[in-house]
Amino acid sequence: MTDSALASEPAPGALEAHAARQDSRNRWLLSLPALLIIFLFASGPLFVMVIYSFLSPGDYGNVKWDFSTDGWVNVLLQRDIFDDTLMWADAHLSIFWRSLSLSLITTVLTLIFGVPTAWFIATQRPGKREFWLFLVTVPFWTNLLVRTIAIQELIRAEGVINNVLLALHIIDEPLQMMFTDFAIGFGMTYVYLPLMVLPVYAAVEKLDFRLVEAAYDLYASRWTAFRRVILPLIKPGIIAGSILVFIPCLGAYVTPRVLGGGKNLMFGNLIELQFGAGRNWPLGAALSLTLMAIVMVALIYYVRITSREEKKDV
Amino acid sequence: MNALHSTAAPPSSAAERETAIEARGITKIFGAANGFMALDNVSVAIRRNEFFTLLGPSGCGKTTLLRVIAGFEPPTMGVLSLNGRDISQLPPNKRPVNTVFQNYALFPHMSVANNIAFGLEMLGKSKSEIKDTVTEMLKLVQMEHLRSRRTSELSGGQQQRVALARALAPKPEVLLLDEPLSALDLKLRKEMQIELKRLQHETGITFIFVTHDQEEALTMSDRIAVMSAGKILQVGSPREIYAKPAERFVANFIGESNFLNATLAGDSVTLDAGGSFTVTPPEGVADGEVSVLVRPEHASVRAGEPGAGELAVTVETIVYSGDATTLHLKLATGETFKAKQPNAPAEAGVLPAEGDSAALTIAPGAVTVLKD
Repeated sequence: MTDSALASEPAPGALEAHAARQDSRNRWLLSLPALLIIFLFASGPLFVMVIYSFLSPGDYGNVKWDFSTDGWVNVLLQRDIFDDTLMWADAHLSIFWRSLSLSLITTVLTLIFGVPTAWFIATQRPGKREFWLFLVTVPFWTNLLVRTIAIQELIRAEGVINNVLLALHIIDEPLQMMFTDFAIGFGMTYVYLPLMVLPVYAAVEKLDFRLVEAAYDLYASRWTAFRRVILPLIKPGIIAGSILVFIPCLGAYVTPRVLGGGKNLMFGNLIELQFGAGRNWPLGAALSLTLMAIVMVALIYYVRITSREEKKDV
Repeated sequence: MNALHSTAAPPSSAAERETAIEARGITKIFGAANGFMALDNVSVAIRRNEFFTLLGPSGCGKTTLLRVIAGFEPPTMGVLSLNGRDISQLPPNKRPVNTVFQNYALFPHMSVANNIAFGLEMLGKSKSEIKDTVTEMLKLVQMEHLRSRRTSELSGGQQQRVALARALAPKPEVLLLDEPLSALDLKLRKEMQIELKRLQHETGITFIFVTHDQEEALTMSDRIAVMSAGKILQVGSPREIYAKPAERFVANFIGESNFLNATLAGDSVTLDAGGSFTVTPPEGVADGEVSVLVRPEHASVRAGEPGAGELAVTVETIVYSGDATTLHLKLATGETFKAKQPNAPAEAGVLPAEGDSAALTIAPGAVTVLKD
């Protein structure tokens, strides 16, 4: 190649730099829709909530644009109407506690019922699995409110369960199941069970059963093979299922409203109350953000404890 | 042998002591209605400390037999015994038998060392003993430097070694190997073949090896069982299997073969194409029309007219393959015949050309009468 030919071409480095610039510009352009959606529909509303939580409640709902920390203070504390001293907001605390404990119990119950169910489905012949999965997902197609009212039919004083128990003379008078924490737990377990079954099913379905054979072959009992080989391998599905159940339980609204009545409120109902009858939007916003924080802490903690590595090398 | 498992009462006779695994009339049928018979009345005795190979095409039942021995498949009928003790009803975790799985089946959530330690832990060995055995096993398979690795970070050959170490660590009475080399490339496969032989010598454990690769079987085994359609057709040393196959299937499956029609009379067989040979016919073959086998390398061809003891042939095709030349011939009867000649240096002139008439000599003792 001659000198003149060399001179007429741009330096190869410059070409590459140009291409890299174009690349990064294209990347930005291509990800713009995604970024827009994230900012408009995810971060945007959150941002509004954060701002509202630091404003004063309006007289007929909405907010007044006066800075106030009352919304946050009232999450845990309440001001005495006579002498303005701060006290623990017992009502809120008991609602938080009910939400947390019922969500945990529901998660455990869905694990107890969901893991064997998922196992059963995943070990069927491929053709049959679809049928069982279909049955698990059928409730999703029915309105949640309608399903919850159906549960009410089961457990109310003149409901199916009480009638059967009475007819069998196991009980003399109807059991009070409606408007109790039991009713809420029962309803939430029913509603969220598919959310446990599906991710666990996906994990079991991927499980290489030759590994289970290998464990048997190496003198493991059935239980040990489950604990040492199967459980660690389906753990991602169990974690995913637990998260999918626990989080919506914390914020559940319809089920506690219908089955728990007006007394047994949960977090979601408390928030709704502030935006509705309570007319305290800043408190509602602060409660929502508190719920989010609790969920995040719970998530981090759960992932920590469950992602511990297999014990150290021998 | 360092057997960690207590075995049955001491065997009574020398012959019995020699047998590690004995299958008697094992039949395995999959599926209740119109089931598939994977094993059809299989009986075989596998001696202690031998490298025993189950050889056959896919679907012949060799893996099923291995799984019956491991305990994963209960036999539909028949008895399986280990050192004279009936183990047919024992689950896999109660049998002093370990398996190297075809795809290794290493635990992906454990390190190399913990994989190897698994069986030892299950047997309730002490911590220090486990540690020592794991180190010993890692040394045995030359993997000491990868002790703490995740198994997913290993190459195929390394995974293979870990699988071997894991199965050998509990010092089983019998090691089962289910086509363990099939996933490796050719060079690594050759290396592992030698490695496996060495491990078998060093540990003194009975190896039962499943493969569909006849060359692998011939080079590695003390004895081979050739299987087809759920049956064992022949059991013998590689030499016996190759030189004296009992059936056409065995001859065909192992090595190159020429099948010729012949007439048997006592210990003499006369080829339809001409020539008489002294043979030892297998049991159950009556005088009359028979099939005989001649291996291509046991015949030689020379240009020119056939003399005494030679057969007249026409050369159809000549295939050169470096170390040897294979001549595809047509006999006077119309039967085809392959003759494989080692290539001598230089002298190319001795071989006939394609289309020529030539003279074929079948070496004495090269003719084997087949059962079918």
